[in-house]
Amino acid sequence: MPSRPALAYIVGAYEHPTRDAADRSLAQIQAEVALGALADAGLSKDDVDGFFCGPDAPGTGPLSIADYLNLNKLRHVDTTNTSGSSYVIHVAHAAQAIAAGKCDVALITLAGRPRAEGRGKGGLVRRDDPNQPDFQWEQPFGIQILNVYGMTAMRHMHLYGTTSEQLAWIKVAASQHAQHNPHAFSRDVVTVEDVLASPVVCDPLRRLDCCVVTDGGGALIVTREEIARSLKRPLVKVIGTGERPQHQQGGYFEITQSGAAWSGRTAFEQAGLVPADIKYVSLYDSFTITVLMQLEDLGFCAKGEGGRFVADGNLISGVGKLPFNTDGGGLSNNHPGNRGGMTKVIEAVRQVRGEAHPAVQVKNCDLALANGIGGQLGVRHASATLILERG
Amino acid sequence: MSDGRIFIEPVPTAETEAFWAGTAEGRFLVRRCRSCGKAHWYPRTICPFCSSDETEWVEGTGEGTIYSFSIMRRAKPNYVMAYVTLTEGPTMMTNIVDCDPESLRIGDAVRVTYVKTAEGRALPMFTPKSEASA
Ligand SMILES: [Zn+2]
Repeated sequence: MPSRPALAYIVGAYEHPTRDAADRSLAQIQAEVALGALADAGLSKDDVDGFFCGPDAPGTGPLSIADYLNLNKLRHVDTTNTSGSSYVIHVAHAAQAIAAGKCDVALITLAGRPRAEGRGKGGLVRRDDPNQPDFQWEQPFGIQILNVYGMTAMRHMHLYGTTSEQLAWIKVAASQHAQHNPHAFSRDVVTVEDVLASPVVCDPLRRLDCCVVTDGGGALIVTREEIARSLKRPLVKVIGTGERPQHQQGGYFEITQSGAAWSGRTAFEQAGLVPADIKYVSLYDSFTITVLMQLEDLGFCAKGEGGRFVADGNLISGVGKLPFNTDGGGLSNNHPGNRGGMTKVIEAVRQVRGEAHPAVQVKNCDLALANGIGGQLGVRHASATLILERG
Repeated sequence: MSDGRIFIEPVPTAETEAFWAGTAEGRFLVRRCRSCGKAHWYPRTICPFCSSDETEWVEGTGEGTIYSFSIMRRAKPNYVMAYVTLTEGPTMMTNIVDCDPESLRIGDAVRVTYVKTAEGRALPMFTPKSEASA
């Protein structure tokens, strides 16, 4: 297979081992993940000239954390916020900034401590502003992340006959992988029956259809080819990227259609690949239904076939056709700060490097895809797709 | 019926004051564009389809069908989150009330009803036509 042009290289990836950060400040976690990714790459903070972060970074945009870390060489910053998919978009934007000559070494960070801050139960603290034009049409009716995903799953079942058993297989696969991850929030292996026996929290979603709430974070280092080749780590090329905000379109929308249909197509076209070429996928797993819809919309199966695709262990590494979230994903391992995009990219990097846990490492994993869905599927969200290749 | 629920208060803007004044009188207004003729949701001054500012309030039928729904069982009291597709065309976020949640189905015919907030605003919610006439 001819080598594809690299847009940029991911040379550092670090996932914070904590899942409960009562003993750490948010700024400290930001710094620990930044230094962890730099150490992984073999670089130091004074090599960083581009800084990408989301609104999880406390303070005005990138300023307070740049100050805390004492980043003195910055010449490019980007605080694009599409909620949980931000960090997937940051990789794409870092590649674009590097290609444009605006920076050479880009640091991307995520940190959060929702457990320590008491947001582990009852959903997120809403930061919506009455000036947000949708506020008065949604907040009074009790919109929560849980119930818009519930409505999305309900309609998918209505249109396509998707079942709770099929959704349960997604959690089963994640739990099979998480048992091998010593840092996973939950290492419990569950069965379809276990998932179905967990209480319905918002029809048709059950407790085990929902991701974990964890503290922690992660970071990535993106750079250009000459620097990547000078370092000692296995090369991971970014060869395709795509992003797509999706919203209510004036009231004429289909909630079972995610932005992944567009972000995926853009990334596959750029990489010159088709879904069948991909050996491993990291899929955003805020809920099981999120995974199922990405599989369809990215083209791994036809629309409406997601339920049949995920059944019978098809997402389990070494068992099924398409291993997913081999770290245990947000469903079992980690969903730091209620934002899952960072950990999706990190596990895809591990797989392409051949550094995933041996029990879940995909053989000859030369091509991987990571996808994020930030915001709320079924209301407004942004999908972001990355395709990675071993260098 | 609000069953003791506490609602986040809607905060009307210059664009939407008339809508909330309408619900207080039991009138359900829909925003439609005079330029392209299409109704949209949520209501806004600038048409989301043709970008004209020639939009106007029209009296809605207050009828529609359930597009999707979910029973929020983790909340106390439970409530039914829903999207309803209005006969005017667009789909809006709302709740289904005065119903047996277990009997609801996507596609069920519903009509508007109003639920009061603590501050006296009237939220447009929907109830199944079959139960309302029973
Ligand atoms: Zn118009």
